[in-house]
Amino acid sequence: MDVKLVNPFINATINVLETMAFMNVNAGKPYLKRDNVAVGDVTGVLGLTGVANGTISVTFEENCILTIVSNMFGETMSELNNEIADAVGELTNMISGQARRELEEMGKVFKAAIPSVVTGRNHSIIHYTEGPKIAIPFNTDNGDFTIEVCFER
Amino acid sequence: MDTSIKVLIVDDFATMRRILKNILKQLGFKNLVEADDGTTAWEVLEGQTIDLIISDWNMPKMTGLELLKKVRASDNYKGAPFLMVTAEAQKQNVIEAVQAGVSNYVVKPFTAEAISDKLEKILK
Repeated sequence: MDVKLVNPFINATINVLETMAFMNVNAGKPYLKRDNVAVGDVTGVLGLTGVANGTISVTFEENCILTIVSNMFGETMSELNNEIADAVGELTNMISGQARRELEEMGKVFKAAIPSVVTGRNHSIIHYTEGPKIAIPFNTDNGDFTIEVCFER
Repeated sequence: MDTSIKVLIVDDFATMRRILKNILKQLGFKNLVEADDGTTAWEVLEGQTIDLIISDWNMPKMTGLELLKKVRASDNYKGAPFLMVTAEAQKQNVIEAVQAGVSNYVVKPFTAEAISDKLEKILK
């Protein structure tokens, strides 16, 4: 997998969370993820096709996503529900869009599918392609989240 | 900017419709109607008079681009202000939207100021 494909997703994640949820987020050190178990409690997954086929996922700890969506809506969200799941889908969509714009500037054009969302503790994240899963942890003052980027070999 | 007009917000994500509604309300707009895809939006447009359409691009059933083309081909809405608010902002997307007659374009993620600025321009 071309590691240059990963940075646009990190940049996009920071930009989307700062712009839409007014959150300062810090990216940690990327690592190779070996299993399918989600680190977070709610996950958005989105397929990409183009110069390579792949998947991105964004998985949030409960407290983290409740704070993010509360900031986005300007009102306090206190439980994981359909509104939170919908927001995770839209955040995944925005991260994908922003990253694809940066990738296009590198000459790599991708199209995106409509995201799906999975919730629940220890749920699985199924990437649509075989390939290494690069996980990038992020931390905020209100909890952590992780993005995974997986492109075919 | 006339904030008494009726605005149709089209997005398959309730989250985005809610964010846009909040921004529009802060700007003084009160007549807000929602649709969760292009097909439903077209039904709304046929059933009542809408003064401004704000639409996402990537939606099931009928995309925002397909809705825009349908709007521009109609007698009632061919000149209606149409703001595309979308994460789809690769060069080809923008070209297609401009060719189809979009009034303006906002890329997600966006600030409230970005929406306000674009509305000021297209509602002058």
